[in-house]
Amino acid sequence: MNTDNYMELIFPATSQNEAFARVCAAAFAARLDCTMEDISDIKTAVSEAVTNAVVHAYTHQKGKVILRGEISKNTVTFEIQDFGKGIEDIQQAMQPFYSTGNSEERSGMGFTVMQSFMDRVVVRSQPGHGTTVRLEKTIPVNSMEAAANVALS
Amino acid sequence: MQKTTVRALCVELEGELDHHNAETIRRQLDRAIMRCRNGLILDFSHVTLMDSSGIGLLIGRYKKLKEKGMPLYVKNVNSHVDKIFRMSGLYNIIEKLL
Ligand SMILES: Nc1ncnc2c1ncn2[C@@H]1O[C@H](COP(=O)(O)OP(=O)(O)O)[C@@H](O)[C@H]1O
Ligand SMILES: [Mg+2]
Repeated sequence: MNTDNYMELIFPATSQNEAFARVCAAAFAARLDCTMEDISDIKTAVSEAVTNAVVHAYTHQKGKVILRGEISKNTVTFEIQDFGKGIEDIQQAMQPFYSTGNSEERSGMGFTVMQSFMDRVVVRSQPGHGTTVRLEKTIPVNSMEAAANVALS
Repeated sequence: MQKTTVRALCVELEGELDHHNAETIRRQLDRAIMRCRNGLILDFSHVTLMDSSGIGLLIGRYKKLKEKGMPLYVKNVNSHVDKIFRMSGLYNIIEKLL
């Protein structure tokens, strides 16, 4: 069975690191009974949160992003933290199609994508200090394998 | 179901449609939009990932084409991309070809 696991990555908020972060997150989650769909969901949700740190958090200075991962039983949790400008009104920011970015480029659907691809999304933010997005997903245990494990034990 | 035939310029997209790649893809699609006369078909066969930056990109291309009175179509959308399309309502403005 799964033993608990954790990881932490620190990287600069650059667009090249969006792919790097989501690939690391997928590799971290892969020890669970993930389907291809679960992996796509995780990659996309982590990519959204990291992209937001790159696009919205740091407008005037260069900054860093921390990606933390944790596995407990069959639940994987990621935290994406930045130290940028923060979000004044989190509820408003999470509305579908709400965006403060250049409308030609941003769709305002980032949080909506995170929410529909993960089981739980929690956003904490302090204006002037930064934002932390927590993404949680429980991966159903493969029932055949679980039954075999019970039979063996 | 009947297979639809449309006369339009077909562009094959490749790789990951994220924020990092959006700028390059946008420039290439806008060049294609300048050339096309009957609308644009985007072939998603080789798209492995799409996030909300891709949604913004497609809405932008749809608007550009609409100004010229031309439609935007997509084809060969995989299940991951399909989820993004359904969630965002993109199918209301972009027709999926079979
Ligand atoms: N890390 C962040 N730091 C500051 N603002 C953020 C952050 N993440 C999201 N936001 C705010 O929330 C809004 C909505 O985010 P999102 O749903 O991802 O849409 P988009 O990125 O397309 O604007 C953003 O336009 C921005 O104002
Ligand atoms: Mg976003």
